Amino acid sequence: MTPDVSKVERWIRVAQCDSIPPREGRAATIGDRQIAIFNLGDRFLAVDNQCPHQSGPLCDGIVAGDAVVCPLHAWKVNLETGAVARPANHQDCIRTYATRVDAGVISIEA
Amino acid sequence: MKKLVVVGNGMAGMACVEQILKHAPQFDITVFGDETHVNYNRILLSSVLAGERSADEITLNPLEWYLRNGIQLRLGVRVVDVSAAEKTVTGDDGSVTPYDTLLLATGSSAFRPPIPGLDKQNVFAFRTLDDTRELLERANPGVKAVVIGGGLLGLEAARGLQVRGCDVTVVHLMSTLMERQLDPDGGNYVTGKMEDLGIRVLLRRSTTAIVGDDRAEGVALEDGEILEADLVVVAAGIRPNVELGHKAGLHVNRGIVVNDWMETSDPDIFAVGECVEHRGICYGLVAPLLEQGKVLAATITGNKGPAYTGTILATKLKIMGVDVFSAGDWSEQHSDPVRFEDRALGIYKKLTIRDGKLIGAILVGDTADSHRYMEWLRTGADLADKRSHLLFPPPASDAGLDIAEMSDGATVCGCVGVSKGAIIQAIHEKGISTLSQLKETTRASTGCGSCTSLCQNILRAVAPDFEEEGKKVLCACVPFSQDNLREILRSQKLKSVQDVLDIYGNGKGCEVCKPALSYMLDMIWCGDHDEDRSARFINDRVHANIQKDGTFSVVPRIRGGVTTPAELRRIADVAEKYQVPMVKITGSQRIDLLGIKKEDLPKVWADLGMPSGQAYTKGVRMVKTCVGTEFCRFGTQDSTSAGIEMERRFEQLFTPHKVKMATVGCPRNCAEATVKDIGLVGQEGGWQVVVGGAAGKSVRKADLLITVETTEAALEAAELFFQYYREQANYLERTYDFVERVGIDKVRKDTVYAPEAAKQGLLDRLQKSKAASRDAWLEGQSPVNPTQFIPLRPIESVPS
Repeated sequence: MTPDVSKVERWIRVAQCDSIPPREGRAATIGDRQIAIFNLGDRFLAVDNQCPHQSGPLCDGIVAGDAVVCPLHAWKVNLETGAVARPANHQDCIRTYATRVDAGVISIEA
Repeated sequence: MKKLVVVGNGMAGMACVEQILKHAPQFDITVFGDETHVNYNRILLSSVLAGERSADEITLNPLEWYLRNGIQLRLGVRVVDVSAAEKTVTGDDGSVTPYDTLLLATGSSAFRPPIPGLDKQNVFAFRTLDDTRELLERANPGVKAVVIGGGLLGLEAARGLQVRGCDVTVVHLMSTLMERQLDPDGGNYVTGKMEDLGIRVLLRRSTTAIVGDDRAEGVALEDGEILEADLVVVAAGIRPNVELGHKAGLHVNRGIVVNDWMETSDPDIFAVGECVEHRGICYGLVAPLLEQGKVLAATITGNKGPAYTGTILATKLKIMGVDVFSAGDWSEQHSDPVRFEDRALGIYKKLTIRDGKLIGAILVGDTADSHRYMEWLRTGADLADKRSHLLFPPPASDAGLDIAEMSDGATVCGCVGVSKGAIIQAIHEKGISTLSQLKETTRASTGCGSCTSLCQNILRAVAPDFEEEGKKVLCACVPFSQDNLREILRSQKLKSVQDVLDIYGNGKGCEVCKPALSYMLDMIWCGDHDEDRSARFINDRVHANIQKDGTFSVVPRIRGGVTTPAELRRIADVAEKYQVPMVKITGSQRIDLLGIKKEDLPKVWADLGMPSGQAYTKGVRMVKTCVGTEFCRFGTQDSTSAGIEMERRFEQLFTPHKVKMATVGCPRNCAEATVKDIGLVGQEGGWQVVVGGAAGKSVRKADLLITVETTEAALEAAELFFQYYREQANYLERTYDFVERVGIDKVRKDTVYAPEAAKQGLLDRLQKSKAASRDAWLEGQSPVNPTQFIPLRPIESVPS
């Protein structure tokens, strides 16, 4: 994907940490993007909320380690890299976003 | 008939008796065992402690075997004296039993090192089933356990306790673990593995005392440190039980001395197993005992044949997650070592070669090739042409090749001593098609179990009707069969998916195992488990069926397909209010509202004012009905009321896969009951209850479970089957696959024709689950977390 150079990326405060239960994901609309944010227990990871396969809502998937399994056709996407882990040998990749936590609030860089 | 008295009811003694029974009958056999159990597989005690197997599963000779072979079994009686002159043995119950031939198979006992305080409460050995049970009772999460001894047994005990949630420390006197089986490098790899598993390992530390008042509170070490301990296991080696040998006046060194025919210094007394010393060696492993048993059986029955010349020692460590194999002489004096190691993967391999032949092997982290090395050791194979690929064999082009290359004389089961030829012969002669039949007939793979996959490969290659047994593992995250997992969850009292994954799996889980474990926990604890929505598929987090565009479908419960004008009006209002893109009559006599947004679900449910129809889950779907005697001219039973009642009794419950049901008032079968998971087919004077029907990818006519007279009896039969399926089927196994796998005869025997107590048990557990269940759509009003149905609303807004 090509980064949108017309907008400057910045940290955006999204939600309280406890609004996402451990090992679950939630979607947030930020500007014109739907972003899925996951609570991995020890950190939060954020990716575009669209499976590269048929745009399934990744935020509704089951978390498997540091990957999520799309609820529509079980494609598996790595949340650290945005790469497709299953099916194998797939080049598609979704965008990932940096996250940080300050005073119990998750922010993402978007 | 001569009187044969066997002292010792363990593996060595009974393996020998099994062999004796193969010869012409000439003995009245009496067996004394000081434990109160029938003969069990002692080497699998570690897997009982770890919850991989139940105590029953390691039984080698069930009571019926003793009865069938006319063996007098005296359990719980310890033989305390032998009079070689009188030819009698005396039990601790005062009984005196005469013998013509005496077989001592007294085994060995845990060595108790001279440490003060070993007699305190909560200090155990790990040697018998009773020891194991004591440990099982006390080994609870958070308990601090100290294992004294870092040998094979100590490490098995340590891992078992750690799996059960104990905080485990191993104290070992020597500088590396398992020093009798591994060189220092191999021992260091094992230390690393144990530490990775969360077990603390202290080396070169000597224990000076067990401290505490009546019960152990700590373990004092030589350097002054005191390790806190609620539980202490002493695994400092074993000592042969030779007292009876002394009393009988036999030649005894470390063990009871026997020659190559297992004869002692008294012509009427023989000895076998861990209590004997043969050519200066006392064996403590299973394979030698069984080899000895064979030779002794020949001697004792007057068929003196091949001599016992000793066994190449080979050990496999049976610890989950730690693969260790050691065989032969692996010291590097007078041999050429060949090594491979990969620290990151935790793999260490060493072979020792002398005169072009393998004399020893150590494998840590990857023991897949152990069988090949064992074969080279046994046969003394010339390795000249294999020298360049000793550690990495050229890959076989197919799995069958490996078996095809084995000679007929090659040993498959090293414990029991069964060759490939013997297995193939048994398969052909007895028409064997499953692993259990093979085990029963040849005893292959009944020892340490490490040749199981090899046996299975031979069956696959040779048996014309080979059947894979239902031991498929659930998934790579928790590599156990579902049967096994249900047993583990029950016996270990595990209540959360994450605990199961942390203790028995990779800690992560995936979309396959998480929902399966969620189901098992709910079923086993009848709803009283720690529900973890992150382990559920999205449908079970929001109680609706996800569609291709990420919206959801909503199917309210319409019991038996019978609705009212008021309900229909509300459904119509909802469809308009939420602009539902499609309203569809389903094939199950229900109404589906498709294309609803997740955040609208709670409002839709509230407006409908109807309970969830569970159309999204592996659970009870619906009961389809015909109008029966209510309106139909041909109806013989009130199928509509029966169907509504059946739906009421089962609704809200989860099942291994979806369950669709139907009731029909006559054999015309208008609601298609004979192709449903459970069907009631009305007939003049009663009901037929049918189960396991299918009308999906394949069509299967349901099997008749039972024919009964009253509706109540029909519903009870359905309940029995329903709960039986819940408890016994694998997750994602439909009733039609389940009934086909188990067989309708067994299903009948275990449900409608089961003993009253068993039936009551099924009904009670069903009732308990039902009482704990609730309409999932109530969560619309009280969500389990604030964002269950709604997306995050960013604290800061960003212009789009």
